[in-house]
Amino acid sequence: MTGVAAAPGVRVNDFALKLANVNGTGSASANSLLMEAIFRMGVPVSGKNLFPSNIQGLPTWYEIRVNHTGYVARTQEYDLMVAMNAQTYDRDIEEVRSGGYVLYDSTWPLDSGLERDDVTFLGVPLAKLCNEHFSSARERILMKNIVYAGSIVALLGIDTALIDRLLDEKFAGKEKLRNSNHLALRLGREYAAEHFDCPLSIRLAPIDAGNDRILIDGNTAAALGCLYAGATVAAWYPITPSTSLMDAFTSFCERYRRDPESGANNYVIVQAEDELAAIGIVVGAAWAGARAFTSTSGPGISLMNEILGLAYYAEIPAVVIDVQRTGPSTGMPTRTQQSDILECAYASHGDTKHILLFPANPHECFELAVRAFDLAEQFQTPVIMLSDLDIGMNDWVVPRLTWSDSYRPDRGRVLDAAALERLTAFRRYSGFDANFVPARTLPGVSPLGAYFARGSGHTESGVYTEIPDEYQKVLDRLANKHAATANHVPEPVIERRAAAHIAVVTVGGCDLAVREALEELHERGIDADYMRIRGFPFGTTVESFLDEHDTVFVVEQNRDGQLRSLLSLETHVNKDKLRSVLFYGGFPLSAATVVDGVARQLRR
Amino acid sequence: MPSISKPIVPTLDLPRNAIGLTVRDYEGSMSTLCAGCGHDSITAAIVHALWELAVQPHMVAKLSGIGCSSKTTAYFAGSAHGFNSVHGRMPAIATGAAAANRDLLFIGISGDGDSLSIGLGHLCHAMRRNVRMLYIIENNGVYGLTKGQFSASADIGSKLKRGQPNRMAPIDPIMVGLSTGATFLARGFSGDKDQLVPILEAAAMHRGFALVDVISPCVTFNDHEGSTKSYRYTREHEVRATESDFIPPRSEIVASLPANGATRVAMHDGNVLTFRSVPDGYDPSDRTSVSHYLEQRHDAGEIATGILYVDESAPDMHELSNSVSEALVHVPFDRLCPGADALTALQDSFA
Repeated sequence: MTGVAAAPGVRVNDFALKLANVNGTGSASANSLLMEAIFRMGVPVSGKNLFPSNIQGLPTWYEIRVNHTGYVARTQEYDLMVAMNAQTYDRDIEEVRSGGYVLYDSTWPLDSGLERDDVTFLGVPLAKLCNEHFSSARERILMKNIVYAGSIVALLGIDTALIDRLLDEKFAGKEKLRNSNHLALRLGREYAAEHFDCPLSIRLAPIDAGNDRILIDGNTAAALGCLYAGATVAAWYPITPSTSLMDAFTSFCERYRRDPESGANNYVIVQAEDELAAIGIVVGAAWAGARAFTSTSGPGISLMNEILGLAYYAEIPAVVIDVQRTGPSTGMPTRTQQSDILECAYASHGDTKHILLFPANPHECFELAVRAFDLAEQFQTPVIMLSDLDIGMNDWVVPRLTWSDSYRPDRGRVLDAAALERLTAFRRYSGFDANFVPARTLPGVSPLGAYFARGSGHTESGVYTEIPDEYQKVLDRLANKHAATANHVPEPVIERRAAAHIAVVTVGGCDLAVREALEELHERGIDADYMRIRGFPFGTTVESFLDEHDTVFVVEQNRDGQLRSLLSLETHVNKDKLRSVLFYGGFPLSAATVVDGVARQLRR
Repeated sequence: MPSISKPIVPTLDLPRNAIGLTVRDYEGSMSTLCAGCGHDSITAAIVHALWELAVQPHMVAKLSGIGCSSKTTAYFAGSAHGFNSVHGRMPAIATGAAAANRDLLFIGISGDGDSLSIGLGHLCHAMRRNVRMLYIIENNGVYGLTKGQFSASADIGSKLKRGQPNRMAPIDPIMVGLSTGATFLARGFSGDKDQLVPILEAAAMHRGFALVDVISPCVTFNDHEGSTKSYRYTREHEVRATESDFIPPRSEIVASLPANGATRVAMHDGNVLTFRSVPDGYDPSDRTSVSHYLEQRHDAGEIATGILYVDESAPDMHELSNSVSEALVHVPFDRLCPGADALTALQDSFA
């Protein structure tokens, strides 16, 4: 049943495939195997797991995009669909672009209603092959995934020696599994080679990319950042999509934080009873002098609000990593969004403002996590790093992480016993520096440093007060301190084009899709400058960039244009020139959405 | 939490403890609680216990939540760091602080609203983790700062000032502790300092989470006829279930031990907890017998006081975490950061 397709031109290292599976059937390892093989061929690639909040039986997709210029944001132009889920056959087959391919399990005939004339159907009898070669029921199900992976190896021209090596690495020490996987891979490869014209018009060719790139997800990278920054106390409550961050931190600690002599741990990780406790533990530990952090997602941030306000007001460092997912409420826990921006900027009741950091990819998750600890201690205040599910849970190809052994943590202004001896009297919230940061003391160091940390109204000495002037003095300094952090948060990334009068501003994981869109707009004769914001509060660079442009499109992944709102509130920009381009359905942003959004509004 | 400094009054030669400090060195600022408040008597007992234990005041860390009880942290150990946090969350904050610096003596002061309503979950989990700290509930059965609502520890039938009786079952922190893995449970009465001081001393030295529930009458909102947390009611219904002494390692053990069920518990750091008397068949290290006894006393309308349950063998949070013996805040950065070479090697597996 091979449809007659218009012959497209050959496209090397520039295509997308989508694998439609049923979750809980073991497809994830086959899909990531393919992605990893492409990465090892040196070809820029991304893999996006679009999975349900469920353990078994619901539709799940994995999208692989290959692009030699590095634009590997999500695309909805699928060249090859691996249709493994009968529940979603109709929609999946419909999504393939004209001239593309569908690989399906031809053990059973495909419903004739699903046929399309403009795509090529590639039937591989996956179940039949597995039933013939594997005896256990479990293997027969699992190995179907490796068989289709094998077919894709032949269809796309993936280096067979390379993928064999990958399997050897993955199943080192697991002889039986290794053999089964090799067999399944070979079955799929040989079937495809015999029955189809391999490779297809979409194909891969190795690129000599050197050894300077790694494949890593943002949660692992952020956990590494926390490890390298010297965090010793971590507290958390399990929540998708941040759980893998603490899992990674735990395994890194087991590997790198065991005292070689005693075998004891140079860390404490507490799985808390809820997020209220998780942030409480972080604040308690930081008050006592440790570097501490928690990782969570939107619902956790909601619960942490109260103690974030306490930490802000009592001036206690805290690092929170928010791996955003869709809201409101439970939302779609396994889908991505950037909808916690406003929540985090002003978390807690009363006048509160926090430092926010926005990584765009795993590389920045590492760097900004380290930066978060320095900023938190330097300014004695919570710092929230806003990652998201797409950055956090998907594997990204990024430049290698680098570390300088000359790095020393910036612990901020902490007085030791000798410094306290030199003072006539220690007053916790007076004697501040140019950044409006006062000196703090840690418990157990000196009786001269004792003070009362409190969330109630307090004077510059930290003593309870209900006197307006005394209360306002501290509150006003906190506003000044927050404003001063604008010069210390990471600068935005700016890319300019000659003669551009319009600009596109974005944040976090929108980066790749927006830059690809700008390239496409340029080809259509629309030139726009680019700014990706990396920190809040906004500094003068952000202000002047906005000033320079007549029209500024703000691209973000939420319904309400939260970044646009924050820019309107916290800069002098005329808000009428800020126009939103929004995408918030839960899947990662693609360039087409940005191009359409900008072009449509320019036509108006 | 208003604060008034104490006037410096020259005093005659006050006795000095093992590190040369007087009781005054363990005091804090003036109390702003109502005159006659049970909480102030508890403060006095804490001051006395800390003086007798001869701890360095600045090695104490005092934490509290919100409420009348939580003000108490300001009234003792003025040269210790204090943290008056938010309502109900103190156990979590103390957990983090204890994780960071195990060298400090953590004292958490809470109330029945703070610990048994808004913060009940945190209390239970701090007990489960066996965070090493002295945790005092100043229990008066009523919300004071918001003017007299019932708390979750109010007994059935106990009446508000305006006469309305409570009809819901009380939450008893001792019974909660027994069922959630607490390792030290005691109950005292603010009007009985002689009993309370050694309880606090033993609790402070306990290797793990030590819960001391202190019945502490609210003179303003819950000391009337019909209240079961009044001075009068508590005096009439208190039974000293156990009589115990706390003996620091440097003291010679001279007390003669009566035969009626006396038990000695060797504590961490060489301290000894001696039960001079316990009821027949009562074993303070046996959860089941303690639970059974307390149920009986409760049914008889009595308030059992004393050190009610002790388990010195259970691992505390740091042992459960297999963390280093030194305080994490003292571990130098060099031992925390794996360095550039390790990062390169690790990334070879990602490349």
